[in-house]
Amino acid sequence: MTSNYNFAFLDENTKRMLRRALLKAVAIPGYQVPFGSREMPLPYGWGTGGIQLTAALLGPDDVLKVIDQGADDTTNAVNIRRFFARVAGVATTERTTEASVIQTRHRIPETPLREDQILVFQVPEPEPLRTLEPREAETRTLHALADYGLMHVKLYEDIAQYGHIATSYDYPVLVDGRFLTSPSPIPKFDNPKLDHSPALMLFGAGREKRLYAIPPYTRVESLAFEDHPFEIQRWEHQCELCGSDESYLDEVVVDDRGSRMFVCSDTDFCGQRRAEQAA
Amino acid sequence: MTAAALSGSAIAASATSPSPMLELRGLGKSFELHHQHGARLDVLDNVELTLHASECVVLSGPSGAGKSSLLRVIYGNYRPSRGAVRVRHDGDWLDLAEATPHQVLEVRRRTLGYVSQFLRVIPRVPALDIVAEPLIEAGLSTPEARQRASALLHRLNVPERLWQLPPGTFSGGEQQRVNIARGLIVSRPLLLLDEPTASLDADNRVVVAELLEEARAAGSAVLGIFHDEDMRDRVATRLFPMRPFQIA
Amino acid sequence: MSALLQVRGLSHHYGQRIGCQDVSFDLRPGELLCIVGESGSGKSTLLKTAAAQLAPSAGSVRYRQRDGDWLELDELSEANRRRLAREEWGFVTQNPRDGLRLNVSAGANVAERLMALGMRNYGQLRDIARGWLERVEIDPSRIDDAPTAFSGGMQQRLQIARTLVTQPRLVFMDEPTAGLDVSVQARILDLLRRLVNELGLAAVMVTHDLAVARLLAARTMVMQGGRVVETGLTDQILDDPQHPYTQLLVSSVLTT
Repeated sequence: MTSNYNFAFLDENTKRMLRRALLKAVAIPGYQVPFGSREMPLPYGWGTGGIQLTAALLGPDDVLKVIDQGADDTTNAVNIRRFFARVAGVATTERTTEASVIQTRHRIPETPLREDQILVFQVPEPEPLRTLEPREAETRTLHALADYGLMHVKLYEDIAQYGHIATSYDYPVLVDGRFLTSPSPIPKFDNPKLDHSPALMLFGAGREKRLYAIPPYTRVESLAFEDHPFEIQRWEHQCELCGSDESYLDEVVVDDRGSRMFVCSDTDFCGQRRAEQAA
Repeated sequence: MTAAALSGSAIAASATSPSPMLELRGLGKSFELHHQHGARLDVLDNVELTLHASECVVLSGPSGAGKSSLLRVIYGNYRPSRGAVRVRHDGDWLDLAEATPHQVLEVRRRTLGYVSQFLRVIPRVPALDIVAEPLIEAGLSTPEARQRASALLHRLNVPERLWQLPPGTFSGGEQQRVNIARGLIVSRPLLLLDEPTASLDADNRVVVAELLEEARAAGSAVLGIFHDEDMRDRVATRLFPMRPFQIA
Repeated sequence: MSALLQVRGLSHHYGQRIGCQDVSFDLRPGELLCIVGESGSGKSTLLKTAAAQLAPSAGSVRYRQRDGDWLELDELSEANRRRLAREEWGFVTQNPRDGLRLNVSAGANVAERLMALGMRNYGQLRDIARGWLERVEIDPSRIDDAPTAFSGGMQQRLQIARTLVTQPRLVFMDEPTAGLDVSVQARILDLLRRLVNELGLAAVMVTHDLAVARLLAARTMVMQGGRVVETGLTDQILDDPQHPYTQLLVSSVLTT
């Protein structure tokens, strides 16, 4: 651990501010709480929101896992993991079951989470209505009045254009029957994992200076039409490494001749399965 | 309102014993033209007239005597300057000079009809619908209203090929017959007619005369202007002479 | 018959300037009232204040709900004001681009108010949207086209469909035919006239065109300098105008 920094990089007052905001977010599930986002040593869009939340949450005994699109070994994940190892000295892991705090970009791990785990999402755009309504004052009013017909306009447009709801990631959800919420750009495959999750889910948007929460065991519904119900992605393939037919698959180009293979996006999940199969 | 109500208790009651339907008392009309150096134009003064059910009073007098203006004042198209325009509406007397716009509209809807010389054309609306509209407003179903409108247009010799066309391009006589049909399709206890037959041929004038006789037989009181003497003699039960207003 | 909307002593001031001053009127169910006057006479300000889009500087607006209860608009919470605007009222703007959502299809524009009311059946929404496109004389096969691909007249008809789809009881219209070709204008006026009759709507329409008032409205108010200078039956106001300003307005109309 580098002693030139305060524990977990942020000063204690900033962490206190963040924790207060997080408490409010947990108290009002799905509500976007403004917070004083700080400059972090990485650019916007690389997880400045998530990293501040993680910094406010970490204690010396925490075990941190960081994934990017499900993988522990991508640049962003490796850097953030190494960052906290240096500025907080916490233990890190690639194993979902061993982690107490998991910071994620665009996935929820396949391995079911537990009550003693916290999932921190990196969020580029916290406002699900933004593409339809550019005025912040107006979207806030719409949230205050739970006036969400507009969101269905987007889903309607999907069906009109593609014959089905084509939104496949960042699929809007209604949290606790009250607040329309962006689940961050996770694939809609992961949406069902939000519903009644035992783990606390926290969302941080650094550039937009908003954070919000889905507390454990909260009802989370994915919006849909009666005659076009919510559906998750399905594959005709199985993971070519571990054989899983129930996980979210990535399509990977493996050579210059355009050969492709389908593999689990969750590297830890895939690795554990292969280890069990080898044993 | 049902079709039965359209014929109105006022008519039924008055058919047996002719009773006054309209009373003009001390009626006067002046126009003040603010942009012509405040010029004042007096057109009517101290008109006294009582109109009974089942009679047809024809206004007579030279042009400029204020005949048309009188009809317009009674209808509420012009605002009376002095005096009273008392109308029997739903069995009660109502002074239109004092009535609210809503009351005047109600009186026009059910009691007081007005057929002018010219049809005010509504763009894109077919002749048949123009005629049927007052019935629909009075509560009749659209098919029934159209059926009655067809019958009336037929009787007035408007060729059937024109019914579905907007009357903007019709001849003067055709437009006038559409106008008469629209004005007479709902039987009202009180009818004002401003030269409705001016551009009609003899055959069609006879039809209009018959329609007016039928309206009178049903108890309607008619007040009209007919320049054509044959027509006037045929329909009038009484003449009401008017002369140009004299400045005292 | 009892009124639907009661406006009493209504004023809206822009700082020291008068928008509209001390206006009172009643509107009954099924009635169309026109507000006429030249640009800057306060017509649109009055319309927006009556529709609770602008806060009154003085006076009151009362609205009688479906259940017969009177609402004081001034005392209404933002939530209830929006509910009212969504469920019982409609507002048609002069420029259809202000009233439409331009980045979504024609069908979504028509269906939006229904979805806001909680309708969640895509098939039904499509059917209703197609029906309304037909009603406003837009080819239903264009349901998935963007309104930006429509002509000005079509956009205005789309806005009318979008506004009337929830069958509001009261519609406010701000110069809905200004800025359109005469032939297009006639079509829209005829459409409005028909829909107002069919649906039994009450409507307040702002226009500077006296012919529009004559065609559509039984009653008319004439405004000048933010005040109502004359009010009454439309035909009476146009054929026997009393106030100097109304006389000027009527005598300025070109006749063909």
